[in-house]
Amino acid sequence: MELVFALVIGALTASGVYLLLRARTFPVIVGLTLISYGVNLFLFSSGRLATGAQPIIGTTDTYTDPLPQALVLTAIVIGFAMTAFVVVLSLRSLADHEDDHVDGHQDAKAPQPEQNEEGTGK
Amino acid sequence: MNQWLTAPILIPLLGGILQVFMGYAPISLRRTLAIATTVLLLVSTVVLVVLASDDSYRLYAFGNWQPPFGIVLVLDRLAALMLILTAILALLCHLFAIGGADEGNRQFHGLFLFQLMGLNIAFLTGDLFNLFVAFEVLLIASYGLLMHGGGRARTVPGLHYVVLNLAGSAVFLISVGMIYSVTGTLNMADLAIKIPKVSGENLEIVRAGGMMLLVVFALKAALLPLCFWLPKAYAKATAPVAALFAVMTKVGIYAILRVYLLVFGDDAGALANLGMDWLFPLALLTLAMGVIGALGADNLKTLVAWQVIISVGTLLAPIALGSVAGISAALFYLLNTTWTVGGLFLVAELVARQRGSARDRIVTAPRMRNRTFLSVLFLLGAVAAAGLPPLSGFFAKLLILQSPMSGPEMAWLWSVILIGSFFTVIAYSRAGSIVFWRTVDGHIEEPGPLGGNVSVAAGALVALSIVVVALAGPISDYTDATAIQLQNPSGYIEILKTPMVGEDN
Repeated sequence: MELVFALVIGALTASGVYLLLRARTFPVIVGLTLISYGVNLFLFSSGRLATGAQPIIGTTDTYTDPLPQALVLTAIVIGFAMTAFVVVLSLRSLADHEDDHVDGHQDAKAPQPEQNEEGTGK
Repeated sequence: MNQWLTAPILIPLLGGILQVFMGYAPISLRRTLAIATTVLLLVSTVVLVVLASDDSYRLYAFGNWQPPFGIVLVLDRLAALMLILTAILALLCHLFAIGGADEGNRQFHGLFLFQLMGLNIAFLTGDLFNLFVAFEVLLIASYGLLMHGGGRARTVPGLHYVVLNLAGSAVFLISVGMIYSVTGTLNMADLAIKIPKVSGENLEIVRAGGMMLLVVFALKAALLPLCFWLPKAYAKATAPVAALFAVMTKVGIYAILRVYLLVFGDDAGALANLGMDWLFPLALLTLAMGVIGALGADNLKTLVAWQVIISVGTLLAPIALGSVAGISAALFYLLNTTWTVGGLFLVAELVARQRGSARDRIVTAPRMRNRTFLSVLFLLGAVAAAGLPPLSGFFAKLLILQSPMSGPEMAWLWSVILIGSFFTVIAYSRAGSIVFWRTVDGHIEEPGPLGGNVSVAAGALVALSIVVVALAGPISDYTDATAIQLQNPSGYIEILKTPMVGEDN
């Protein structure tokens, strides 16, 4: 179980980091989400992996640490809010620049679209 | 248990909730309530400073759980100093904001107050995971504030800022998980007991966790390899927001001071002074980088944003050396630099408003209105920031220069700070002389009068550097006592023995 768990965390984080380094906002956001999944699983495992154990002493023979579960829950809530915000922000950036490049445009030397402040109607 | 400790968190929380529900109330009412909240916050932080100045630690345990099992708030001299520093800065920024910058977004005051709440939780908390939550609270409010006012120019730096901080949060969680998996606790006082006892292969896990934590704090503090997000984001933000953000990098510095002196301090056994040998050269490089950036800045706000990075380097260099005198000097400089940089952001905005289409770019332009007043403010701010006598920056840098023992560190510190200060003076005098003196004939459309609120706020923030000089004696006594308290973490660890059961009932 530990090996599978570790491989899953590794795969999630590796693909997340790869996507985070892309130049378009959508892969970046997906990458951030994958990283946060990997991080949440990692945080969960910091209380040691156990099967058939409950986080309440006395209900089963062994018990599992409840604190990492509480930490993961907090991290999930915060991560969800942050992801929602960054999605809206990247849509705003797309609308402002008509390009979903993370720098707002492909290349500083590339020809810029006509900058017509009034005409775009946004 | 001391209930006062919750005041700096509850006041902006309740004030902020009020603002959220009053989005459609008349703006004068919202402004009055928002300023009243900030004034109340300042009053509560003054109470906390008075409480903290008897050198004892005060504790508030949520739900009356016996530490280390619950989340605790801990008040000591350092926390109280950071609280009052933030509250004074926030009040003046808020005063500036109600001069017109808060229009255009109904939730500005709510976000501003939530930002203060996040900052105050970060300063008061005694729990590593709660510190993460505080960072997220202040960050999500800062994302909203950074976007305030809208405009194409803000989306790209904002996006970079958000993505970078989300990646930083992931690293923070990983390091918290690593430390928890070995020690089984996240209470800072308990960590200070458990970490010296870690041995064997667990040692390397904690070491890796501690170093990753330093990376996160360095990202917040904008230390060199992680500082390039700052100038664009700060230079593009609305002026009062940028001025408030002057304290955001100081949160990273506060976290480094708190965690690395308490948890990884001299008593931490194999992990004593973890990462501090990296911090010193990086701090000096940050200082040099900030000076280079300031020399190359093409507008006043970017210049001030690079000054933020200069001050981060100047602060972390003596902190990394870790002597009592160095930490005391760094705290003195912290007070001075945060207020001065905040004031300079506000002055840059006022200058930009008076110069028509030239804005705050460092180019020749027709003569601005109110030139005398603004140029005096800029001069005061620049003198205080660059560290020339007679203002507070000079005394702060003098204290920092006096702090190290003689040796190679002293030589490096002296040469980098003195050469850096020299080039900072050049950067400011170049900017000031072009913006204020070299005028060309031309016509600026009437920029509207300089409002009372904004002038008072910008003037007061800059003039605080004179106040710091006048009160230099009491302030340096306070920072000396703070540094001594920080160097003796045994007092902080004592909070674990505070009995909770049976108290107050």
